[in-house]
Amino acid sequence: MGVQGTAATFNYKVVRQFSIMAVVWGIVGMLVGVIIAAQLLWPELNFDLPWFSYGRLRPLHTNAVIFAFGGSALFATSYYVVQRTCQVRLFAGPLAAFTFWGWQVVIVLAAITLPLGYTTGKEYAELEWPIDVLITLVWVSYAVVFFGTIVQRKTPHIYVANWFYGAFILTVAVLHLVNSAEIPVTMWKSYSAYAGVQDAMVQWWYGHNAVGFFLTAGFLGIMYYFVPKQAGRPVYSYRLSVVHFWALIFTYMWAGPHHLHYTALPDWTQSLGMVFSLILLAPSWGGMINGIMTLSGAWHKLRDDPILKFLIVSLSFYGMSTFEGPMMSIKTVNALSHYTDWTVGHVHSGALGWVAFISIGSLYYLLPRMFGKTEMWSIRLITLHFWVATIGVVLYIASMWIAGVMQGLMWRAVNADGTLTYAFVESVKATYPFYAIRLLGGTLFFSGMLIMAWNVVKTVAGSKAVDAPIPAFNPAHA
Amino acid sequence: MSDFTSDFWNWYIIGITLLSVAFCAWLLLAMAKAKAPAGGKAPTAPAAGGKEVEITGHVWDGDLAEFNNPLPRWWMWLFWITIVFSLGYLVLYPGLGRIEGVLRWTSTGAYAKESAEQDAKVKPLYDKYAAMDLKQVAADPAARGMGERIFLNNCAQCHGSDAGGGRGFPNLRDGDWLYGGAPETIKESVTNGRMGVMPALGAALGGDDSVKNVVAYVRSLSGLSHDGTRAQLGRAQFETVCAACHGVDGKGNQAVGAPNLTDKVWLYGSSEAVIAEGINKGRNVTATTGTTTMPSFKDQLGAARIHLVAAYVWSLSNSAAPAAK
Repeated sequence: MGVQGTAATFNYKVVRQFSIMAVVWGIVGMLVGVIIAAQLLWPELNFDLPWFSYGRLRPLHTNAVIFAFGGSALFATSYYVVQRTCQVRLFAGPLAAFTFWGWQVVIVLAAITLPLGYTTGKEYAELEWPIDVLITLVWVSYAVVFFGTIVQRKTPHIYVANWFYGAFILTVAVLHLVNSAEIPVTMWKSYSAYAGVQDAMVQWWYGHNAVGFFLTAGFLGIMYYFVPKQAGRPVYSYRLSVVHFWALIFTYMWAGPHHLHYTALPDWTQSLGMVFSLILLAPSWGGMINGIMTLSGAWHKLRDDPILKFLIVSLSFYGMSTFEGPMMSIKTVNALSHYTDWTVGHVHSGALGWVAFISIGSLYYLLPRMFGKTEMWSIRLITLHFWVATIGVVLYIASMWIAGVMQGLMWRAVNADGTLTYAFVESVKATYPFYAIRLLGGTLFFSGMLIMAWNVVKTVAGSKAVDAPIPAFNPAHA
Repeated sequence: MSDFTSDFWNWYIIGITLLSVAFCAWLLLAMAKAKAPAGGKAPTAPAAGGKEVEITGHVWDGDLAEFNNPLPRWWMWLFWITIVFSLGYLVLYPGLGRIEGVLRWTSTGAYAKESAEQDAKVKPLYDKYAAMDLKQVAADPAARGMGERIFLNNCAQCHGSDAGGGRGFPNLRDGDWLYGGAPETIKESVTNGRMGVMPALGAALGGDDSVKNVVAYVRSLSGLSHDGTRAQLGRAQFETVCAACHGVDGKGNQAVGAPNLTDKVWLYGSSEAVIAEGINKGRNVTATTGTTTMPSFKDQLGAARIHLVAAYVWSLSNSAAPAAK
């Protein structure tokens, strides 16, 4: 059943395209992040122009980093991993090419319409209905390419990374279709199909699962391929991966209501959201344990392999954020943390520490292989990137933690005479120094991306795009 | 109102919730038991420290393999604790459909209880001030401080931290009042709100040219530069149309909140264009012409706090009355 002797190669073209664009969109998205962080410190930076106002740039930042940077990294790695672990060329090449160009058009349209003020007003689903339709087409094509490849696989078993990629692709399709159900009024204006608290519930069912499936399940797929590959060790425990996979995808679905504690959402719904968020702790940590313990017997490699540093530190941040999340979902904790910058800190410990770190690590693994090389142009620059980014994340999240807890305490402080101790504006004033530290942290993280871009340019310059041949599948070893 | 439109949904929620928790528990139990593979001993491979560890035997992409280490014990405990805690929580608190939970806790009940406790604690203090005349309250530095903090958290959003107002939002320090500056009047404004409306009068005045004449006359009232001829022409129209609210002399009418047009205080601005806009489109007529109505704070603040904040606002334009007075 081997395919030895044929000239069949893997489809690296689409992987290459998405990998390069992941770096480009990472820089763009994080630059917008740095700009809005600066605007919080110096509001004049919106130049009194509506297109530069915080309210329009903030969704541009979130869409760019999640869907443009994170999305491109997911497309690139999933297309690479599914081919390599199924030992077959990607199914439906032209459709894969469509997902690349279609996704780029979605991103460009987002970059145009959001600053112009076209928005549905739904967080992380701001794009208006024509773009939603395009996203649907791209996503269905993505599912066809991915699952088509799985169906044609030469290996008898489906590798664990593909379970996670598969769950991510299927669930995001459902999330997008349900939450973006809307009634178009004009070309660039639509209204949600839902109203009131139902709309809020659907939105945060979507919002939290965007975190759970787009930013977690998909990136766990990355983890399950690139960590054992880079460490050169087997995955720690198959059994653990089974429990944490099913428990994770099953439980995440319930957690959305914790975004709506102490709102018009019925009490019973809030309780269920909290309870399942707590149950989510162990399944989340299952992924962290399986990743980090894969390194047992190879710990020494952490000393001088910066790619492994990125991958393993990302898992530490993953563990930290997935501990913090369930804690913040507890109603009494949420009463303090909700609406404060603590939430912003929590999100970035996940987004920068986990999502961006594991993407960066896997891209450093992937990019040289796309151009017939074994490693990046400069390993020292990867090390530099690692430290700059790490210091950046730590400054970012520590400042937002302190700011958030301080805001929560100031908002609830009551004098003996029953009046509030602080006016809201006083808490804004007190947050100023932390906004400065956050800006510094964000700028450092952004600088790291520029170092990466330089390293990528030097790696790619003058080298030829190479599509690796598909190795023969030897059933004796399976 | 019940959240459930039929009993089906109640049972659906209860069922699916308990099944979900049970599914997690089953998964954990099933995987905690080491499965002996068909045909005897599981294959092993050397792991860290030379230890032999069970391995699945599957290989992908050349070298990707999976050990089958048992689930870490401490991690299983963590999982069990969250499951048990969750079930306990659902016994105590609402969550399982219509079941209220043993504690009968509700968020509205918790809020009402907390507010009642807080109110009871500060009641003697507020009662003391409520019994005092507003001017006496304004003379008490502690009461003024309380009023200020209430102001900063409820009124400053529109009137500014310094009560200096903004476009469409009255300055509360300048001694100029739309509805009157007596302490009791201020209290009435805060309690029930104010709905001052300037109707759109462009058409009634006979078009743009007439409006220009009226604008000139209005500006002449407070000594602003104006076209004398137009002002003369505008005067007659002012006296027939505008005077109904603003008075023949243009000094306004506090009974309906019509501004005095002869002073230097302008809520929206004094340029010809802004005055013409006010006449043509009116103010507070529709959402697009500005909705700067003063809301009622009766429910949000309650009488005791309104008493304090009204005294504070009054004190801003009146040097605190001597306590004896």
